[in-house]
Amino acid sequence: MDFTLDKKHEMARTLFKEFAENEAKPLAQETDETEVFPRQTVEKMAKAGFLGIPVPKEYGGQGCDPLTYVMCVEELSKVCGTTGVIVSAHTSLCIDPILTYGTEEQKQKYIPKLASGEYLGAFALTEPGAGTDAQGAQTRAIKQEDGSWLVNGSKCFITNGKEANVYIVIAVTDVQVDPKGRKKKRFSAFIVEKGTPGFSFGTKEKKMGIRGSSTYELIFEDMMLPADALLGAEGKGFPIAMHTLDGGRIGIAAQALGIAEGALDRCIEYTKERKQFGRSIAQQQNTQFKIADMYTRIEAAKFLVYAAAKAKETQKVYSVEAAKAKLFAAETAMAVTTEVVQLFGGYGDIRAYDVERMMRDAKITEIYEGTSEVQRMVISGALLK
Amino acid sequence: MKIVVCIKQVPDTAGGVQFNPDGTLNRAAMLAIMNPDDKAGLEAALRLKDQYGAEVTVLTMGLPKADDILREAFAMGADKAVLVTDRVLGGADTWATSSTIAAALKNLEYDLIITGRQAIDGDTAQVGPQIAEHLKLPVISYAADIKIDGDSVIVKRQYEDRYHMLKAKMPCLITALSELNEPRYMTPGGIFDAYDEKEVTVWGRPDLKELDDANMGLAGSPTKIAKASDKVRKGAGEKVVLDTPEESVSYIMGKLTEKHVI
Amino acid sequence: MGLEEYKGVYIFAQQVDKKLSSIAFELIGKGKDLAKDLGTDVTAVLLGSGIKGLADELGEYGADKVIVVDDPSLETYMTEPYAQALTAVINEFKPEIMLVGATAIGRDLGPTVSARVATGLTADCTQLDIGDFPLEPKEGVEQKHNQLLMTRPAFGGNTIATIACPNNRPQMATVRPGVMQKLPKEAGRKAEVIDFDAKIEKNNRFVEIQEIVKSVVTTKNIMDAKILVSGGRGVGSKENFKLLEDLAEAIGGTVSCSRAVVENGWQPQDLQVGQTGKTVRPQVYFAIGISGAIQHVAGMEESDIIIAINKDEDAPIFDVADYGVVGDLNKIVPQLTEQIKAAMAAKA
Repeated sequence: MDFTLDKKHEMARTLFKEFAENEAKPLAQETDETEVFPRQTVEKMAKAGFLGIPVPKEYGGQGCDPLTYVMCVEELSKVCGTTGVIVSAHTSLCIDPILTYGTEEQKQKYIPKLASGEYLGAFALTEPGAGTDAQGAQTRAIKQEDGSWLVNGSKCFITNGKEANVYIVIAVTDVQVDPKGRKKKRFSAFIVEKGTPGFSFGTKEKKMGIRGSSTYELIFEDMMLPADALLGAEGKGFPIAMHTLDGGRIGIAAQALGIAEGALDRCIEYTKERKQFGRSIAQQQNTQFKIADMYTRIEAAKFLVYAAAKAKETQKVYSVEAAKAKLFAAETAMAVTTEVVQLFGGYGDIRAYDVERMMRDAKITEIYEGTSEVQRMVISGALLK
Repeated sequence: MKIVVCIKQVPDTAGGVQFNPDGTLNRAAMLAIMNPDDKAGLEAALRLKDQYGAEVTVLTMGLPKADDILREAFAMGADKAVLVTDRVLGGADTWATSSTIAAALKNLEYDLIITGRQAIDGDTAQVGPQIAEHLKLPVISYAADIKIDGDSVIVKRQYEDRYHMLKAKMPCLITALSELNEPRYMTPGGIFDAYDEKEVTVWGRPDLKELDDANMGLAGSPTKIAKASDKVRKGAGEKVVLDTPEESVSYIMGKLTEKHVI
Repeated sequence: MGLEEYKGVYIFAQQVDKKLSSIAFELIGKGKDLAKDLGTDVTAVLLGSGIKGLADELGEYGADKVIVVDDPSLETYMTEPYAQALTAVINEFKPEIMLVGATAIGRDLGPTVSARVATGLTADCTQLDIGDFPLEPKEGVEQKHNQLLMTRPAFGGNTIATIACPNNRPQMATVRPGVMQKLPKEAGRKAEVIDFDAKIEKNNRFVEIQEIVKSVVTTKNIMDAKILVSGGRGVGSKENFKLLEDLAEAIGGTVSCSRAVVENGWQPQDLQVGQTGKTVRPQVYFAIGISGAIQHVAGMEESDIIIAINKDEDAPIFDVADYGVVGDLNKIVPQLTEQIKAAMAAKA
């Protein structure tokens, strides 16, 4: 596979890098410290078209490929993990399922506003009792005689939670009993707008990392949804959610890749400056070997992430590509940031030096949108079938 | 309204100065960027386009790789782009450069020409006013704000300790300060269009009918470089690392007395 | 017409609001050096309306002749009437050298006039000499003597180029303010005053001045200071500049700063020294908590004595400082202020 970037991708990277340096980086520490959603940065990204990168132009998007989108999340995450995940959740988890499964009316109604950034998107699958095992889900949507839906339940850990305008909500719409008498829940996907009566926000989560990303609990109390809020076929919610997460994992893989690269950049800067025993620590062989290892590992992750982006462009199914990219990139991010903190010594533990934030931001990439264990299940499942 | 913005590709001397181990400039390692004042000029043109409707053409003279900044201008929202490039135009000073660009402008229609005040490599601020002189247009340098009023422009012209609000009839030429505005970012889709959809018009010497051979390139430049070198820094004097602030203070006091400052 | 018909060193004597700008005297000062090498004299060109009285002052600072163009259309600077006037002077008097200040006026007037009289112009010069071009004799190339060699920084101060204009006259340069030395004022010295009608004609290239807004200048001009106490990022805060103000007051100097300080909002822009600020050459320059980025150094390295105080032993400022002290400015500066006060009191 050829990964030499052509001129337009090079220029797109320059753009994302410049934006990240000028707009996201100066706010990264403050966003982390105050846990306040970087609304201004999001507005600037909207203006620059970053919230609709892989969306066709006829829906008001930028008409670029998944690779360009991945590079955007990567560059943003190099300086601020929070900013990276905001774009990823919006694009991969909200726009993508509407584009893939929505009716023409739904696309016309939501995509231009999401792609322009007038609306921000979110995705709600996880519940207190249902993480990796979706069968634990309690949120129910009951179809009414007129075709509308009555929804009750709650969702948790929702990225862009309170800041979004449009949510993809997965709810149980049917429970079937198989011949052996076991109950099996069937799900459907819905498009829910903020402000719908019965829809409110619960706890704001206080997190270890990506602290500005507005992670909230969503609460549905007798929320009525019109018939046309149903996304895709009734009962197909689970495959829709899984396919959406395949795309989402590529975004998270890009986020993890960016965090690792950002930490290595800081590490190279710092170890060249910092002197111990009369010479810079970059002149110590221990540092040199570690930097070589980290770089090599990051490059390997980059190949997997870009390959997954290409797979999303060219293949209908890309679960394994997404899983291996996310697994490897997330574990790389964690390993690299931990190592970088170590090389920084005491300063690694100090907030002003950024790398402890990067280490905290890295951890969640091994967990959300499918833990590393889930990725291993996906990969081995495909190999052992 | 038709606006032509003259832009230049320059090494990034502000943010990315790179040195060779011997202390000389490493030009090859320096990024080639759109000159900041020119970018402010382009942004000003694009804002006039947003506000009043206009066709914005960007024009550059340079090496073939200056194509990059024209694509960047497309990605920001420019409509057309012209690259003037020819070996015989190389080595031009500001007179020859302005003569050449003026000849290219004669091939285009314009109501307004905007250039940057100065380029960060040469820092001369001469090409803009000299283009106006060749085209016999009114010129307003150092623009900090630009508005359109019918067939005229109203420009805030900056001086060291004051500004003048000036009104000039179009067609005219304005040189823009980078303080004029905050240039917009390119858009990702704009970048894709810049490479997939748009065309850069390339002109060589034969396309510049109004240009006299005597006024172009190295030979047509009245100023000649006698000597150019990377700057040799003044040598370091004494540097002392003393144990206490008291000793440091007496050291400085000693020097000030020795040099009759106090 | 031969180049040898062009004679004399001319300088544009910039005036604003009927007050001569400092650059006019600086150009006369440099012009005298050049004129001496060429065996000629210095003529100041004074353009404006009701400004004839300023001619005497130019004489006191060394001008041998003053050409006065007094015309109502020159009341306030505008490109076209000023360009017409200066062009007419050049065409009539044929100077060998024409120097203009690299000010916001000169950098507009210079290029316009040089293009109009079809000669070269070298921008923002920091050094001017008379010499040969090419510098060394070359086989098959005529070496011209008594040429104006114009030296200027480029690439943001990273390179330096010397430029000649061997085949066109006048040889024109704009000169960076604050670099050339003015001569001491010689009271009563007179210049020959020549009135000249430039026959300015109104044309389509005139612009209309709708409003003039002067900014209120409250701070001292750092370019005139003999001693500058300059602070950088290392000073740490706006409040901490008090330490530098105290030192400046004690020693009779003025506070200036680096770009980082302006960007942090600790000091106003007109106190900024460097590539994007002002070029200064005081007798003593204290660089306190200034790392010495090349852009800063470009604006102060001509200072007579540079004293640097910085806690970072490797700061590049020490490469240009005459006297460098590695240490904590918060401890050193207050004590230094006290000792200077004591020394001054003892002397008084």
